[in-house]
Amino acid sequence: MRHKGLKKAAMVGLGAAIGAGFALGAVAETPKRGGILNIVVGSKIPSYDGHRENTFGMIHPIRPFYSLLIRINPDNPSSPTDFVCDLCEGSVPNPTDDGKNYVFKIRKGVKFHNGASLSSQDIKATFDKIVFPPKGTPSARKAFFKMVDTITAPDDTTLIFKLKYASSGFIPAVATPFNFVYSKADLDKHGYEWHTKNINGSGAFTFVQHQPGAFVEGKRYAGYHHAGKPYLDGYKAIAAPKMAIRLQAIRGGRADIEFRGFPPKARDDLVKALGDKITVQESDWNCALFFTANHTRKPFDDARVRRAISLAVDRWSGSKYLSRIAIVKAVGGIVYPSHPLAATPAELESIAGFGRDIKANRAEARRLLKEAGQENLSFTLLNRGVDQPYKVVGTWLIGQWKKAGITVKQDVKPTGPFLDSLRKKKDFDVSIDFNCQSVINPVVDASKFLGSAGNNYGSYDDPVLEKMFDAMNREGDPKKVRSMMRAYEKRVLDEEAHMALTMWWYKINPHRSYVKGWKIAPSHYLNQSLDQVWLDK
Amino acid sequence: MYKYIITRLLLAVPTLLGAALLVFILLRAVPGDICEIKLGGTGLYVDPAEIKLCQDKVGLNDPMHVQFYDFVTSYLTFDLGESMWTGRPISYEIGLRFQLSLQVAIMATLVAILIAIPLGTISAIRQNTWIDYFVRTFAIAGIAIPSFFLGIMIILGLLIATQAWFGEPWMPPIEYVSPLEDPLANMSQLIWPAVATGYRYSAVATRMTRSALLEVLREDYVRTARAKGLMEKIIINRHALKNAMLPVVTIITLEFAFLMGGLVVTEQVFNLNGLGNLFVESVLNHDFTMTQQLVMLVVLIFVITNLVTDVLYAWLDPRIRYS
Repeated sequence: MRHKGLKKAAMVGLGAAIGAGFALGAVAETPKRGGILNIVVGSKIPSYDGHRENTFGMIHPIRPFYSLLIRINPDNPSSPTDFVCDLCEGSVPNPTDDGKNYVFKIRKGVKFHNGASLSSQDIKATFDKIVFPPKGTPSARKAFFKMVDTITAPDDTTLIFKLKYASSGFIPAVATPFNFVYSKADLDKHGYEWHTKNINGSGAFTFVQHQPGAFVEGKRYAGYHHAGKPYLDGYKAIAAPKMAIRLQAIRGGRADIEFRGFPPKARDDLVKALGDKITVQESDWNCALFFTANHTRKPFDDARVRRAISLAVDRWSGSKYLSRIAIVKAVGGIVYPSHPLAATPAELESIAGFGRDIKANRAEARRLLKEAGQENLSFTLLNRGVDQPYKVVGTWLIGQWKKAGITVKQDVKPTGPFLDSLRKKKDFDVSIDFNCQSVINPVVDASKFLGSAGNNYGSYDDPVLEKMFDAMNREGDPKKVRSMMRAYEKRVLDEEAHMALTMWWYKINPHRSYVKGWKIAPSHYLNQSLDQVWLDK
Repeated sequence: MYKYIITRLLLAVPTLLGAALLVFILLRAVPGDICEIKLGGTGLYVDPAEIKLCQDKVGLNDPMHVQFYDFVTSYLTFDLGESMWTGRPISYEIGLRFQLSLQVAIMATLVAILIAIPLGTISAIRQNTWIDYFVRTFAIAGIAIPSFFLGIMIILGLLIATQAWFGEPWMPPIEYVSPLEDPLANMSQLIWPAVATGYRYSAVATRMTRSALLEVLREDYVRTARAKGLMEKIIINRHALKNAMLPVVTIITLEFAFLMGGLVVTEQVFNLNGLGNLFVESVLNHDFTMTQQLVMLVVLIFVITNLVTDVLYAWLDPRIRYS
């Protein structure tokens, strides 16, 4: 009874906090200047080079030192399609030449923190490094730019991307928050390794110090190109790998905010302890959890068996119950649920395993297994030794399969051996799989489902799917892309059931209520320039 | 004595070599490598060529004997190499954390000594009285309660108590400040892990002090001292306690060595950027170069601590002479 009462109080508090957040958001407040923002970061920095790294442990402390050519709209970060200029001028350009030519006008008067002027030559040098890295130079997102033919800078304020083919994936790829703009002079003088250990950006904050494993400190850059910003005097990003510490740090006033996200229970605890001193922002998250069958292992070479294990899972009730304890919530197809390219509920329910009638789904699963001679199917689920959401969802999946008469054991491995099994040994039956991206770029993200993709672990070859993807990637008309995406999704999740989606992640960011100006985005990589943030203390 | 110390130091060389070989083999027996984790840990597309490039760069594709040779010869050149994960010099990464770990180890040891020796002595002198029962319960509780649990309880207790008393919850700082820079901030951060660790550490030492002292108090020379009419205080302090200290010193010094690299959980609970945390991260990231050097550092600390313990024996018990 007491437990129920506390829970109710927590939920009321949370509702009030969210409501207060919306209400405050509705009333335009005048930002106050000054103060230091203390952030807790749950991961550490491998290097400072955004072009080669892909961890939020680097983005959260380092992104505020750099600018991007374009970025997601910091005033409307929840929109998956709203991009604005950062170093370019005006609005994001529309393409010419049948969608194959993008001309960016670059801001004048922007300076790097070392005092050097920034021009289109610097941005060209940056994208040359990202898109056409020389042999031996890692570029984590080179594959996002397969459509790019040439990058030219005819003068200091013009930058032209010429594409091989029109692609709706281009602008989201450019807006990726890892595309830090470097100085051409730095790249020419120091080479492509220099930025792994040195920082010279044009972002809202200048680098003060980094104590490895402990914190990164930045201070306000007076010459920042967005007039009047940033509002903060500085920030400190403190490394705190343990979730409990990050949570207590916010509670105990040692930190103001954490940008990755907490599970629901942590949110409720904070709200219960601090009431209206905590504001909670929540959003669907551009990360999805799948399970992938190893097509080289019997009986998973049979599409009927793969369909059956997908049909046995009740995603709708899973969303309802798991979202109370884990960072998953939305049931969706292969595209981020609120994106225009995502399946509508009706379209989604027509895919195997997404129908609302779980009894019918499981009856169909049993029929398929019988037809495939696998009535007593049993297998081992490989899982990653990380609680949220991997182990929670893995355990739930086993219960779901049991209800369809499938016996499953779970083999939980630490990240290193887990990735080794997925990529090198391929010694698993079915594995938990994942895709976590920054800017929502459905076409590029959908490459994950291709047997030929470097991050696909199903070991299958599906030429039909490859052709479908290629055609979709080369299509510029959003309507046509949408229809092609449906066919592609149907083949991946239903007809061939190469992979199965469980749920999309759900991002919960409770923070001190005096932190203003930061709006939650659908990814923990996004909206981290901190130039909008201010403290109402 | 000097000869003995030099001999012991020379004997440390094969010990270190054996440890080096063992850690080198064990690390490579674990599946997975740092490049897979670094480049593909978030599920991003990874070009196999880039993984190979990364492996070449960090030396994972070098033949095993070359990797081992590089590892061992790093000591001859006084260059411990670079972390595979951060690319920064290992000596720099370890140096940053060593000060914190050393300070916590010293503070925890002091807490343990300050608790263990008086309580163990009182408990032995007042054997089978309520004081003895209380001390024994206190000591058993210290052994039974894991220090990480105590650490969590301390943090939660501070948060709840300060919110109740002052209206705003307070917790210890989560970033290290050097004692030379701000002694107060430094103490307000490190006193809690020192207490959490020192309590468990003191529990073992208290029980050892008690049993060693009880044994010594039954010795003939103590009976003789009493027969001579010496004051009990002098008998305990000058004759009994000093002789009872041999096993206690062993426990305290070995525990100190363990704390230098083994404070993993306590460091995580209090967010201390120490050697223990670095150890865990290096193992999880498959950062071979860093893990190898950390293991060797801990082995070296144990070797030195054991030597110091043996020298202390001779000081405590004049009958012990090394040659």
